[in-house]
Amino acid sequence: MSEVSLTVNGRRVSASVEDRTLLVHFLREHVGLTGTHVGCDTSQCGACVVHVDGKAVKSCSMLAAQASGSDVMTIEGLANGGDLHPVQAAFKEHHGLQCGFCTPGMIMTTVDMIARHPEGLDEATVRAELEGNICRCTGYHNIVKAVLAASKTMSKASKGKAKKAA
Amino acid sequence: MYSVNYHRAASVADAAKLAKGDAKLVSGGMTLIPAMKTRLAAPSDLVDISRIDALKGIKVSGKTVTIGAATTHYEVATSDKLAKACPALSHLASMIGDPAVRHRGTIGGSIANNDPAADYPAAMLALGATIVTNKRQIAAEKFFKGLFETALKDGEIVTAVTFTAPAKAAYEKFRNPASRYAIVGVFVAKGADGVRVAVTGAGDDGVFRSRELETALAKQFDAAALTSAKVPARALMTDMHASADYRAHLIVVMARRAVAAANA
Repeated sequence: MSEVSLTVNGRRVSASVEDRTLLVHFLREHVGLTGTHVGCDTSQCGACVVHVDGKAVKSCSMLAAQASGSDVMTIEGLANGGDLHPVQAAFKEHHGLQCGFCTPGMIMTTVDMIARHPEGLDEATVRAELEGNICRCTGYHNIVKAVLAASKTMSKASKGKAKKAA
Repeated sequence: MYSVNYHRAASVADAAKLAKGDAKLVSGGMTLIPAMKTRLAAPSDLVDISRIDALKGIKVSGKTVTIGAATTHYEVATSDKLAKACPALSHLASMIGDPAVRHRGTIGGSIANNDPAADYPAAMLALGATIVTNKRQIAAEKFFKGLFETALKDGEIVTAVTFTAPAKAAYEKFRNPASRYAIVGVFVAKGADGVRVAVTGAGDDGVFRSRELETALAKQFDAAALTSAKVPARALMTDMHASADYRAHLIVVMARRAVAAANA
C-alpha cells in the first residue's frame, strides 16, 4: 500500500491505496472527482488528461503513487464558482462537443496548449497539439474553432492585465 | 495490472539497491505502465527514478552535449541550449507521441526500452552518442542489441547520454497514420568523423546504420547523392503496415528529406 498525498484543485487529499492504483482511479474513486474520464484505457484517447505540477498528463498512464507530493488540477478546478473558464466558455459557445465524453480531456489539453503558446495559435498547430485527444463524434472542426477562440480571448485578457500593470 | 510494490528512489545508488530480481525501473512510465495494464509486463517492484535531480537536465559545454536520463521529451524539445547545439534532436523530441506523453516520457526510458520503432535510438546511433550508466560508458553502437534488447545488465541504470554536436543533422519519419509510430525514421548526422545514417522502425533486429547511404553521402552530403541509392530489403521488417520492400524504399525517401533538411 502507498500513502498518497496530493493537492487536488487546491485542496489537500491523502489516502492509503494499493500501489497499482492509477491516478485517474484515485481521482475518481478516492477523491470523488468524476469529471476526469477513462476512455480508451490504453493512453491514446486523452479523456483522462489532468495537469500534474502544471503540465498536461494522461492520468490513466501514471500511478497515484508517482504523483504523490504533486499539485494536480482537474476539470473541476477550472471554473471560478459559476463563471466558466474561458476555454470552457469557448467550447460551449462554438459547440466544441457533442456527447461530451472527451470534453474534460480536450479542455485540460487546451488550457495547457494555450499556456505553452503565449505567442498565439494557428489551426495547424492546434490540430497537431490535439494529437493525443480523440473525439469519436468527429467534432474536431468545432473543437479547433473553440481552441482558437479561447486562445484569442485569453491573450487579449493577459494583454489587458499587462496594460493595467504598466 | 497485477499487484506491484512502488518505491521512490532518492538517489541513483538507492535505485540500484532497489532494482533487484523482478523489479523494474520506471521514469515517465509511458511504455511500462500501459504494458503493465495489459499484463504484458508484470514486475514485482517499481523503482521510480523520475525525481532524482542528478538524472535531470541538459548541459552544453563547447560542442559536448549531455542529457540526463530523466529529462523529458518536452524538456529536450524546448531547450534553448539544445536548439542551438543540435536542433535535430529537439525536433525529434517534439515529434514523439503527443504533448501529454512528452511531458512524462524520458530519453533514458526510451533508449533503455529500445522499442524497434522508437525515435531516440536512431539519434543516438547517428550522433555516435555514448550511453552513461551508473557503472560504465557504452558506445551507442554497442548499446542497442536488437528488439527491446540493450547491453544493460541487471541493476545497471542509464544516467545520461552524451555526444559531440554534429555540424549538420536532421531526423525525418514516416508515421503509421494510426499509431503515429515510425514505420521508417531516418536520422542523418554529419560530424568530424564523417556521415552517419541510422534507421528506426524498419529493421528486423531494431535500429541500424545504413552503410549504403553513408557511403553515398560521404562523397557528397546532398539529397542528390541519394537519387539512385538503394537499401537492401533483406534485413527489414514486413508486417501488416508495410512490406520490407516498401520500407526499403521509404528509407531512401526519408534519408533524402533528412539530408535536405540538414542542409537547409
